[in-house]
Amino acid sequence: MDSYINSEELHQTSAEHSHDEEGNKMFGFIVFLLSESVIFLSFFAGYAIYKTTTPNWLPAGVSGLEVKEPAINTVILVASSFVIYLAERALQRHDLVKFRLFLLATMAMGTYFLVGQAIEWNGLTFGFTSGIFGSTFYLLTGFHGLHVFTGILLQLIILVRSFLPGNYDTGHYGVNATSLFWHFVDVIWIILFVLIYVWQ
Amino acid sequence: MTNIPIEGILLPNEKPKHESSSNWKEYFSFSTDHKVIGIQYLVTSFFFFLVGGIFAMVMRGELMTPESDLVDRTVYNGMFTMHGTVMLFLWTFPSLVGFANYLVPLMIGARDMAFPRLNAVAFWMVPVVGILMMGSFFVPGGPAQAGWWSYPPVSLQNPTGNLINGQVIWLLAVAISGVSSIMGAVNFVTTIVKMRAPGMGFFRMPLFVWGVFSAQIIQLFGLPALTAGAVMLLLDLTVGTSFFDPAKGGNPVMFQHYFWFYSHPAVYVIILPVFAIFSEIFPVYSRKPLFGYKVVAVSSILIAVVSGIVWVHHMYVSGTPGWMRLIFMLTTMCVSVPTGIKVFAWVATIWGGKLRLHTPMLFALGALIMFVFAGITGIMLSSVPVDVHVNNTYFVVGHFHYVLYGTVTMGLYAAIYHWFPKMTGRMYSESWGKIHFWLAFIGTNLNFLPMHPLGLQGMLRRVASYAPEYQFWNVIASLGGFLLGMSTLPFIFNMVISWMQGEKAPANPWRAIGLEWLVSSPPPVENFEEIPIIISEPYGYGKSEPLTANLPE
Repeated sequence: MDSYINSEELHQTSAEHSHDEEGNKMFGFIVFLLSESVIFLSFFAGYAIYKTTTPNWLPAGVSGLEVKEPAINTVILVASSFVIYLAERALQRHDLVKFRLFLLATMAMGTYFLVGQAIEWNGLTFGFTSGIFGSTFYLLTGFHGLHVFTGILLQLIILVRSFLPGNYDTGHYGVNATSLFWHFVDVIWIILFVLIYVWQ
Repeated sequence: MTNIPIEGILLPNEKPKHESSSNWKEYFSFSTDHKVIGIQYLVTSFFFFLVGGIFAMVMRGELMTPESDLVDRTVYNGMFTMHGTVMLFLWTFPSLVGFANYLVPLMIGARDMAFPRLNAVAFWMVPVVGILMMGSFFVPGGPAQAGWWSYPPVSLQNPTGNLINGQVIWLLAVAISGVSSIMGAVNFVTTIVKMRAPGMGFFRMPLFVWGVFSAQIIQLFGLPALTAGAVMLLLDLTVGTSFFDPAKGGNPVMFQHYFWFYSHPAVYVIILPVFAIFSEIFPVYSRKPLFGYKVVAVSSILIAVVSGIVWVHHMYVSGTPGWMRLIFMLTTMCVSVPTGIKVFAWVATIWGGKLRLHTPMLFALGALIMFVFAGITGIMLSSVPVDVHVNNTYFVVGHFHYVLYGTVTMGLYAAIYHWFPKMTGRMYSESWGKIHFWLAFIGTNLNFLPMHPLGLQGMLRRVASYAPEYQFWNVIASLGGFLLGMSTLPFIFNMVISWMQGEKAPANPWRAIGLEWLVSSPPPVENFEEIPIIISEPYGYGKSEPLTANLPE
């Protein structure tokens, strides 16, 4: 191979190529999230229709859901969206220490949310199979919880990778996608919270 | 700077490897080349097409006589369920994805899809879906028997008490096929939006790319609804939730909404690429530019949009209130506007053209004729009074077989013949192709036309036995069905022999315009030595300027 002739050209093409690849990945990820949001919308629409058309909506002996704890959980989750944004900003300033700290804080807040939800589930008197209310409630909160869990995993991956050599320039796809996913999970929760807890 | 060739980049002085995409072993390997994956999709889906066809032959054999005498009713129920499922999820969807995989990067001047590995993973899910579905015949209680739509509460009655039963396996297979399709859709949309060659604006894209783009957008926004419904049904079956089980306070009609919100648009996921195949074939064999290119391109997007608001026409008799039936009747009828635009554009393209009646053109013309018929019965069915009369009868079966065999499968055959030289580097036998066409065309009409009078007389679908007065039309339909089954033999013979020892194909045997015809047959691994710059509109037949120019040195 005539390396001295091609190396510069190759370098140029590969730089363009990898730049494109990052752009494609981000675009693909956004398209994927749009598709995901349709699954949530389908569940939300189903919930609204079931709630308005089912004669005995709440199971016997249940008068409604406790709002206070989930409301605190909501505040924590929404706040964590700002924290992960700060992490992204820190990375842009090449401040790796702050990046990791804000990322850890986000993960802690996400974990707090999940633990809070587990405690709430534990205290409920109805189950997944005890009627249509229970089925829709656990489907929606469970499916969302699965997304929170996935988000924390993604954050763990980018955190670990930030310790590996040669990683993470400023606009890294992995970081941007994780952050976007977290905002997405957040927005979905706000809709879910209004639908299930506020509209009782 | 080390000089290592990076995947997806052609070194300027490296010659493309011509031989590697014709090595048969590659088709059994985990390849990330979009052309190999395209052919993998096509061959795999054709295998399942044969399986689905055998189910159809058994059913037509059963329906030769009014009594249920050939197969057991359980087997018959499994057969019609699997016939529908296999033909949709394992034949039409994957075969069109196969063409899209092969052609889209070539047509837009890209070296591969945006995510080659994701592409391969999506393909390898298809055989898994097929094995699961076929495997369900061997579990206790047999395969799913509730029809391809699997309405509860019927689909909830299938379990034999244990968790592994045909219906559960069927739902898992449908869910996996959905995941595979969403992966594909993300890949196609990204590839088409982000990887077009310089100069190729949206209104310079070939219509096949437009068709794939519109279809994949439907996949993205429709499929999640079906996935949601399938997950809920699966939970009802396995965990005991009460979403759709009326005995536990659930609502079975909700499943119909989830199901049809996707499954009606799904018809357009299949047919938009076939329309696009017509738009590619008619100009070539008529030697004329496509009439009304821009309008035809936009009509694909219009069909995709309107398709999202018509699903309730499948549910006119599911207790849907009158005012809602009226709305969905009107929206359904609106689909005929962009569709009609396409039909008129094709007719105007053919009109006064210098027709070359090669096999692809014959199949495309035959398919167009049958599509017009299917469109007319489709408008009839969109009308509430007619639908209420013929609901669940053979009239509906006749209608959608004109769409799915007459139009989609015949259109796929047109595409296979048209791009066969490009994909294999060999020419097919024209005389065997014509024998195939005439057998298939006569067989299709003999098979599916009698279903219309049968349905109007009231013969229900999905039955193994029927009243004796329906026998006459059923015998004709069955004979037509057997002829249709036989028509596959000359096709397989032609494809196998031609691929092995056909005449070598030139790069552009049809003198067609389009980027895929500028590269050798079969195309080199990297598609283009240099990414072309697009300098003119597509379909410039009869015009003097060239389609493309390469990058200046």
